[in-house]
Amino acid sequence: MRKTSRRSFLAAAVLGTAACRKDAGARLSLTGEEARTLDAICDVLIPADQDPGAAAAGAVVFIDRQLAGPYRRHLRAYREGLARTDSLSRKMFAKPLDQLAGEQRLRVVTSLEQGARPFFEMVLAHTMQGFYGSPRHGGNRDYASWRMLRVPASPVRGRITYDLRQGKGS
Amino acid sequence: MALAPVDAVVIGAGAGGGVIAKELATAGLRVVLLERGRWIGPWDDRKDDLRNQRTSALGAPFGPDDERNPRVAVDRRGHELVVLPSDGAYSNNAACVGSGTVSYGAMAWRYMAQDFRMKSLYGCPAGSTLDDWPITYDELEPFYEKAEWEMGVSGDVAPDPFKAPRRRGLPMPPLPPNREYEILKPAALRKGWHPFDIPMLRNSVPYNGRGPCMRCRWCVGFACEVNAKNGTQNTVIPTALATGLCALRTDAMAREIVLDARGRATAVTYYDADNRLQTQPARLVVVSAGAIETARLLLNSKSQLHPNGLGNRYDWVGRNLQGHAYPRAVGLFDFDTYDDVGPGASIAICDFNHGNPGLRGGAMLANEFIRLPIQFTGMTPPDTPRWGRAHKDYMRQFYRRSIAVMGPVQEMPVFEARVQLDPRVKDFWEIPVARLSGGRHPHSVEVARAVVEKADEWLREAGAIRTWTNVPGMDLSGGQHQAGTCRMGNDPKTSVVDRNCRIHEADNIYLADASVHVTNGGFNPALTILANAYRVAAAIVRERHA
Repeated sequence: MRKTSRRSFLAAAVLGTAACRKDAGARLSLTGEEARTLDAICDVLIPADQDPGAAAAGAVVFIDRQLAGPYRRHLRAYREGLARTDSLSRKMFAKPLDQLAGEQRLRVVTSLEQGARPFFEMVLAHTMQGFYGSPRHGGNRDYASWRMLRVPASPVRGRITYDLRQGKGS
Repeated sequence: MALAPVDAVVIGAGAGGGVIAKELATAGLRVVLLERGRWIGPWDDRKDDLRNQRTSALGAPFGPDDERNPRVAVDRRGHELVVLPSDGAYSNNAACVGSGTVSYGAMAWRYMAQDFRMKSLYGCPAGSTLDDWPITYDELEPFYEKAEWEMGVSGDVAPDPFKAPRRRGLPMPPLPPNREYEILKPAALRKGWHPFDIPMLRNSVPYNGRGPCMRCRWCVGFACEVNAKNGTQNTVIPTALATGLCALRTDAMAREIVLDARGRATAVTYYDADNRLQTQPARLVVVSAGAIETARLLLNSKSQLHPNGLGNRYDWVGRNLQGHAYPRAVGLFDFDTYDDVGPGASIAICDFNHGNPGLRGGAMLANEFIRLPIQFTGMTPPDTPRWGRAHKDYMRQFYRRSIAVMGPVQEMPVFEARVQLDPRVKDFWEIPVARLSGGRHPHSVEVARAVVEKADEWLREAGAIRTWTNVPGMDLSGGQHQAGTCRMGNDPKTSVVDRNCRIHEADNIYLADASVHVTNGGFNPALTILANAYRVAAAIVRERHA
């Protein structure tokens, strides 16, 4: 085990919940390798710039969770598609996708778009959902995309201070 | 064992069924209202961008559930696919108390007088079954008024010179304008058009004991958190229940209308919440399950006199499935158009519903409801990449600087656009499911192409720096505006129900939903379904006292 300084131990303790969320054991559907490949694809589809990208906003957490729920029927397509992505990446650049630099990643994903259309379209749709959808499903962490677009977060239920007797909206 | 007999069983507690139940119960009839879904109210409002009736990526929360309710969709090349309620090709409306009126955007349009006489006005194009309605606008007018005042409609249609005559205005004023309204109104006036405030089944002021719209962005596709949208679930159905004469049974999946040797309905069989088969005897039956499920139920109700399904002697049940072709123009601006003030849709014109040169009909044009971020991801100009850095830049730059204008194009009915029973696939209750096949008439697409040019002009006049249009193709229509599958008409050989929406040759079975629509107007159909249900209920009550 790695040596831990007091400071980093405290930081880890404070961030405990967040750290658990990112822990490999917390995944519901994908293996560690699959998740890393998917994360690299998401990073190309919605890259980080001055605002966080899909990877940092938890698109993979979103997809992994849905694959254990409403998207259960897509799990096999993900397994096959991610394996195919991995072998494509190794064939093109002799490394798994997550170990490639930006430009090379882009080339692998572009050739996925051309050569594995149904898989690509599915991942694209789900990545958009994971980044721009409601945070409650594991993606759009800390309202990353909504902050970027400057739209207010959804209100917490029961917070209504709205006066129902008035005729005018907020 | 059969349940105690009642006067009427109403199947489906949506727009039509809710009104029928209320009218019959308040007239003193004992009514059982069957609904395959459940109650969904403001307390269930989740504001979930991925799980609502418009973006059902993670499920269709207003029912029916994906687990038990498949359909089969056949595309135009003949490929068939088993589809679920959360899939687009399913053509889902909803399954809950109130049905589509819980989660709709609540536009409350009257059809125009011309919409009831499409064949007389324009002639029928080849390959279509276009016809006139057997009733006129004037016959429906008092019932439109009744729906508007009983359920509650806000808006201001006075500036619309194209509207059909009306005896009374709307009960509530429009909501205060949003920013898109302020941008689009002067532009329309400069074009010489006639913009006005969209009528909506939505409280703008307190009405019927409930408060007004709170202007949030989660409107169309969602239940209203403050119960300001008026559907049958918070108006007529509670009234029906308050009479003590109407029993609402939820989680009740109708299987079949039971007919005697003379072809009259004697009972309805359904699966209750515990999936036990129940038989509910009744003196009359009203089916209001939505255009697709109503057709399915009739086709599943076979008897000696109706070997091919109830009312299907001439093979018209399930035919002419239609909805609306919805073309859309999108404009990008170099200033903020977004103000996060719901519901978003606010201003409309009816300048292009009729009188388009060389074309049959047209559409009302209105600005779109608020586009949630996930919905905007697909709204890119043709040359903007769908992913990567450029797409993200586009989202950041234009999410708050865009307006969409769209309109429901009145479709030319097609005989081969239809609902059948699938020969193989059955639902959870072992009932054969709906099989959807066919496509749109090319003229509907032609009209959509012409009308969307006007939407595009409107946006450019409003100052858009860039515009583009999307026009739907020839794929099968239906969806939440599904209609036409059990046409109303005077000739039993070319229709399923008579002018009072009673099935030809089955004198105690009525239909009350959009399945009876001959054509579907260039408008959202909800208010017409409600008004026609009031009219049908009046006919039933009249008949009973005769």
